[in-house]
Parts: sequence; C-alpha cells; structure tokens
Amino acid sequence: MNKNIRWKILTSLGVFIIFFAVGVYPILAQRYHLPLPGWLAAKQLKLGLDLKGGVHLVLRVQTDDALKITTTTTSEQLREAVKSANIPVTSIAVTTPTSFHVEGIPQDKDAEFTRLADDQTAVNFERNSGAGGTYEFTMRPNIAATMREQAVTQARETIERRVNELGVAEPNISLYGQTADQILVQLPGVTDVARAKEIIRNTAILALKIVEAGPAGSQEQLLQQFNGKVPEDMEVVQGAAATGDSSFYLMRKVAAVTGRDLRAARTTIDENNRPAVGFSLTNEGARKFGKVTGENIGRLLAIVLDNRVVSAARIETKINDEGRITGTFTPQQVADLALVLRTGALPAGLTYLEEQVIGPSLGADSIRAGVTASLVGLLLVVGFMLIYYRLSGVNAVVALIFNLVILLGLMAYIGATMTLPGIAGFVLTMGIGVDSNVLIFERIKEELAAQRGVRASINAGFSRVFLTLLDTHVASLISAAFLFQFGTGPIRGFAMTLVIGLISNLFTSTFVSKTLFEAVLSHRQTAELSI
Amino acid sequence: MLIFKTPNFDFLRWRWFAIGLSWLIIIAGAVVIKTNGLPLGVEFSGGTIVIVQFDQQPPDPSVIRNALEHAMPGEGQNAIIQRYGQESARQYMIRVPDVGEQAGAGLSQKADHVMAALKAGNVGSFKPAGTQIVGPAVGEDLRSKGKWAMIFSLLGILLYIAFRFQFSFAVGAVIATVHDLLVTFAFLAFFRYDLSLNVIAAILTVTGYSTNDTIVIFDRVRENIRGMRRDNLYDIVNKSVNQTLGRTVITAGTALLSAVALFLFGGEVLHGFAFTMIVGIVTGTYSSVFIAAAIAVIWQSRFRKPGKLALSAPTASAPPPKTRKPGRRRAS
Repeated sequence: MNKNIRWKILTSLGVFIIFFAVGVYPILAQRYHLPLPGWLAAKQLKLGLDLKGGVHLVLRVQTDDALKITTTTTSEQLREAVKSANIPVTSIAVTTPTSFHVEGIPQDKDAEFTRLADDQTAVNFERNSGAGGTYEFTMRPNIAATMREQAVTQARETIERRVNELGVAEPNISLYGQTADQILVQLPGVTDVARAKEIIRNTAILALKIVEAGPAGSQEQLLQQFNGKVPEDMEVVQGAAATGDSSFYLMRKVAAVTGRDLRAARTTIDENNRPAVGFSLTNEGARKFGKVTGENIGRLLAIVLDNRVVSAARIETKINDEGRITGTFTPQQVADLALVLRTGALPAGLTYLEEQVIGPSLGADSIRAGVTASLVGLLLVVGFMLIYYRLSGVNAVVALIFNLVILLGLMAYIGATMTLPGIAGFVLTMGIGVDSNVLIFERIKEELAAQRGVRASINAGFSRVFLTLLDTHVASLISAAFLFQFGTGPIRGFAMTLVIGLISNLFTSTFVSKTLFEAVLSHRQTAELSI
Repeated sequence: MLIFKTPNFDFLRWRWFAIGLSWLIIIAGAVVIKTNGLPLGVEFSGGTIVIVQFDQQPPDPSVIRNALEHAMPGEGQNAIIQRYGQESARQYMIRVPDVGEQAGAGLSQKADHVMAALKAGNVGSFKPAGTQIVGPAVGEDLRSKGKWAMIFSLLGILLYIAFRFQFSFAVGAVIATVHDLLVTFAFLAFFRYDLSLNVIAAILTVTGYSTNDTIVIFDRVRENIRGMRRDNLYDIVNKSVNQTLGRTVITAGTALLSAVALFLFGGEVLHGFAFTMIVGIVTGTYSSVFIAAAIAVIWQSRFRKPGKLALSAPTASAPPPKTRKPGRRRAS
C-alpha cells in the first residue's frame, strides 16, 4: 500500500516536472533571462498572429485560368493539325474555360477530322458531334479536377518560394477552406502589406511573342488589314499602362517562349542605364527562341507580362538563350519582377478574399489583456476553492496548477499555437476544470454525511464519480472537436486548448488529486476531513 | 461549508412555468432579431475595419464621422465608430459595411479611403494599428460552416447520450442544449453583441458545458433508478437534481468567475466571447435543472414503453427495469 502511494507520488511529480520544463520554464527563462538549453528553446509555445502581429491573407486561386490555358492550347494545336491536313474549317473557338467548339467540317472530311481530333485531344477532352459538321470538345471532369488541384498546389508552392525570398520568418502558407481553392498566407511581423500583397499576387505569366501587326493607336486601326475582325488564332494585346504605352498589338495566342522556359532572372540595366530584368533560358527554351528569332529577323518581338506588352523590340539577330526585359521601371519594380520571374509564374490568377493586418501594438495589448484575465481568473477560482473547501481546496488548487502546467507543456510539445481565444480557453479550463474536483468533493461530502469513514468516503467519492467525469469529458470533447473542424487560426487555437485541457483535467482530477488524499491519509489516521 | 443543507426542492413542479419563461425569452429574442436583425461580425457580414491609434487625446466620434461623411458621402452615416480597448490606448475602431472590390487587388481600397478621409478631415495625428477586410465570399462560407458545426456537435451529443443513457434522456439533454443556444442568441440580440467567430466559438463551448451539467444530473438519475426502484421517475429526478444541486451551483460559480474575469480584463477582442460565455453558463445551469430533466420526464410519460419507468404510475404495475446486480449500495 505504502509502496503504491510512493509510486503514484513519483509519477505525479515526474509528469509535473516534464511538462513544467517544456511548457512553463522557457517562458520564465525568457522573461527573467535564465539559461535556456537549446533543445528546450526549440519546443517553445508559439504565439499566433493575433498576439504577435502581422499579416493574414486569404486568397482564392482562379483555377479557371489554368484550365483555360490548356483548353486554348489544345484548340490551337488542333487548328494547326487541321490546317496542315488541309481540312477546311469555319471556326474553332474556346467557349468556356473547359470547352471549345469546332464548326464547318465538311461531311466527306468527317472521318479524317475525328481521327485527327482524337489523336490530338482524346487524352484530356471528350468529343461530341453535333449537326452539320459541328463538334463540342469538353474537358473530362476527372482531368479538370486534377488540373484544378494541381493549379492550387502549384500556386501554393509558388507563393511559398516568393515569401521565402522576401525573408519573412516563420510564414504559414497552407491550403484553406472547404472549397479547396483557397490559400491562407500568414506573415508574422510584416508591416509593408502592400508590397507583400503585390509580390504574392503577381501572376507573372511571361510570354515572348512575335507581333503580327501594330503597334497601332486604336483597335480599328490595328485590324484594318483583317477587315476589322481579329483572326481566330490571334489576339489583341495592349501596352502596359505602367510603361506609358497605350497602343495595341496583334499577336498569336500561343507564345513561342513562356515563363516556363526561364532558367534565371536577375536585375540589370539596359543600354540607357535604366533598370531592367535580364533572363536566361533553359536549353529547350533557347532552342525554341533561337528558331523563332532566326526566322523573324526584322520583325517586332513583344515581351508580354500578364497579358500586357511591357516592351516590343525589333529582332536584329538570332537570339539564343539570353534576353532582357526593358521598360520604364523603378529599381523596386525591377527587383520584384525579377523575384517573381525567378520563383516561377503562378498557374492562375489570384484574388484576395480576406485581409487582416494586426499591428504590433494590438498584439501586445491582447497579450497583456489575456495574461491579466488569466491571473485574475486564477486568483478568483483559487480563492473560492480555498474558502469553500478549506484544506481539500488546497488539493483542488494543486490539481488545477498541475492541469495548467500540463496544458502549457503539451501545447508547446505538439507545437500548438497560442492565440487570444486560446488564452480564453485557458481561463475557461480553470473555471470549468475545477468542476471535476467539485463533483468529487461534493460526493465525498455526501458519503461523509452518510456516516462512512473518511477513507471509505474518499474512495467512494472518486470511484462513483469517475463514470460521470468520463461522460462529461466525452461530451465536451465532441463539441470541441467540431469547433476545431469549423475553426480557423485563432479558433483552432481555442479548440486545441480546450481539448488538451479536458484530457489533462481528467488525469489531474482523478489521479493527482486522489494521490494527494492518499498521501495525506497514509501519514495520519483522521476521523475528520477538512472539506 | 455547505450551500444547501439537504435541499429538497420540488423542481419538477415548476417545469411548465420554466418552459413558459424560456419560451418567453426565446420569442422575445426572435422578435428582436426579426425586427432589428442580429448584428454580424465582420467575418460573417464582410466589410472593412480600420483600427487607428491617435498620438494625442482622440477626437469625438462625431468628428471622425464627419470626416468620413465629407470624403465619402453617405458612408459616414453607416460607419460604426467605437472606442477600441481601454481609454488610455487612444484607439478607435471604424467599420464600414463594404469592401473596395468584391475580391482581388482592390479589396483593401476601402480601408485606404477611410485612412485618406481621416487624414483629410484633420482629426489629429494618428497611425493605423490594424485592419481587417473580409470579402463577401468568406462570410457565406463561414456561415454555413458555423451552422453545420453546431448541428453536428448537437447530433454527436445526442448520439452519445442516447448510447450511454436512455433515448428520453438524450432528447432532454439536446432540447436543453438547443434551448441554451436560442436563449444565448436572444441575449446577443438584446445586448447587440456582434455575432463573430469568437462568439460562435463561445456558443459551441456552451453546448459542451451545458451538456456537462445535464449529464451530471442524468448520471445521478440513472444511479438512483437502481436504488429507488419503488419510487416513480418524478421523485427520482427531483431527488437527483437536489442531490447534485450543490455541485451544480458551485461549478456554475467557478465557471462564472473565470468568464467574468475574461469579460472584465480579456480586452476588446474577447468581449463578445466572454459575454456569450456568461449568458451560456447561466442558461446552461438553469436549463439543466429546470428543462433537461423535465423534458426527459415529460417525454417518458408521453411515449413510455413497457419495461421502462413511468411517471407517477404505480410502480407495481410497471415491470421492473432490466435487472442489474442486486445488493448495490443505495446512493444516499
């Protein structure tokens, strides 16, 4: 019996020391400049953005963009193939991001066309024939779903690379929400929100294209030689407003070289000593670029960034693997452009759904308020328990402190984040957590009132209440689990605190508290219990 | 120390009165929500919040409102302008209902406009302390998520209690919890607290807390059913509520102490949260004592099956419940 108690006391103390070392000591060490071993510092309780200050962004990836690129490319490839097979066609037009429409295939060429089309498109597209030589090509749903998923993943990775280049400490970039197309970006300590947003969102879809017509002052002027209609395989692109170029250019939809062919991008200067971005191409890109520039000497080459012409220069000689993007840029713009080109283009456009900036002073206010509320709550609860339960109240308070230490230690150990609602969860854990002790104590009182001995009453109190405690804790865990599911950021911190608090509460109220009673009773036989 | 020395209140006698009172509060809440709406936090409604900190003594809210109205006609009236945090923080929260653009790079335009309007309005030197801009898509997403989180957590609790106790108990517990949610919403409407993410978190916590209370009483009922087979459910429930009354009151007390500490000291962000917790703790305790057990008793008296305990029916006519080991100690 005595050995049993000694073992229980040692277990309790061991648990306390471990969790104190992980959860509480690092906080004290930081505050009072005590030595802190590295392995402990690594496992510190993290502060959430709402306490630390920083930027919180929720973005949506326009996955339609990515699908539309594939659809456009496929339809243009089909056009090339049809052309080279000498099949007449009235029109090939992209109708939605996932479908395109073909019109005017003569009846006698039908077999040849379908064979050709299936060759080119069957992997990704379904073909439906309509009346009079019309065809509808629709992207297969599973392919579309995969592509959307890839676009979001790729966007997340690109954003991550960009944020890392910005040098933000401990950023959080993760998929978010139910719709699977949202990305959460949290940048602790960042103050220049506008720049961070610009760099994250910049799609940076780069394309080098041969100019077919233009520049022209207006769209009508540009399209004069085409009877005012844009040829189906071409598009009109405007000069970028930032460079002061408002003229119109006509060029092919499919680019000769794109951002994917880039190997590197860096800041440089042009021949007029203005800031510019220099880039070099991969081997494959250089081969394509060399061929295109070689064939088009004397014509204009446009550098198109995010569907705007940033510069258009005459091709003097065949260019292989090096190039330069010039225009009227500030040094900051050039640095950012080089950064986004280097880190790769986003597969699709992004829009912001939510944006929150927490200034450092707000975060500090929250910490101060949270700590004050915790201390006041602790004092109130402890005071009440001591007054109401007297010496047994001490037992409850010890259990409560155990509970809080385990809570902090576990949160630090699993790398949970402490948020302001998390602190609220901490305070509530104190107030609601002592319920377990109250349940047990009230039961012991009842047993004592029924004239049972002290030891028997204590044993009965703990054993009879255990199932009740289990039930109440499971019910609370159920609602906390759904809270976790529902929540984001700060709320998850709260749910996490509740869950951990509940589990450690079950341990401290049944094991630690009982051990304390037993330890006291093993020393002296009492007929009275201070409760 | 004892709060109640062997209490023996006839709680169930008050059941219809309690149910009536609850309906009164809930209906009043519904009327207020119907006429005035439930103010939504910016996470749910979408909109722009700008928090500014003044270097010196901040101006009167009306000065800020005039500056906004001057620069953005029509919007100054609709803006919510409040002190943020303690007086000494010299902070104001300015909330306008819309965002710059639906989505995209222009999302934060409105916040920029607000700042520009204040600068132009000569309200004294200030700096931005924080902004929160939520597009309309987010709110919709969250509303449905919040709704489902509540429904599923209620269902989860219903299933668990039905599994651990009798079905009539589960009905009582869940009706009591739904009651707590409705009463909490009513009080949020009465006191015009914004329904924010934090408030939803508090509401979900309240569901857990209120179920706790109910479970403790039901547990005692279950235990007493074994020992008091000769009594009817009405008496057993009354006795159980009385036996656990001390615990119920003390727990509500300590929980309230911590919630009040949060309300008074937890800062601006947690105000609505702490208020919701306070209301939830009070109504949760009330409903465990007056509603949950009463519903279980009413349910059993209406839908009782042979083999189960019946309300105020002579126990001799009801077959004994499934026998457990005889000779268990009686509860008291």
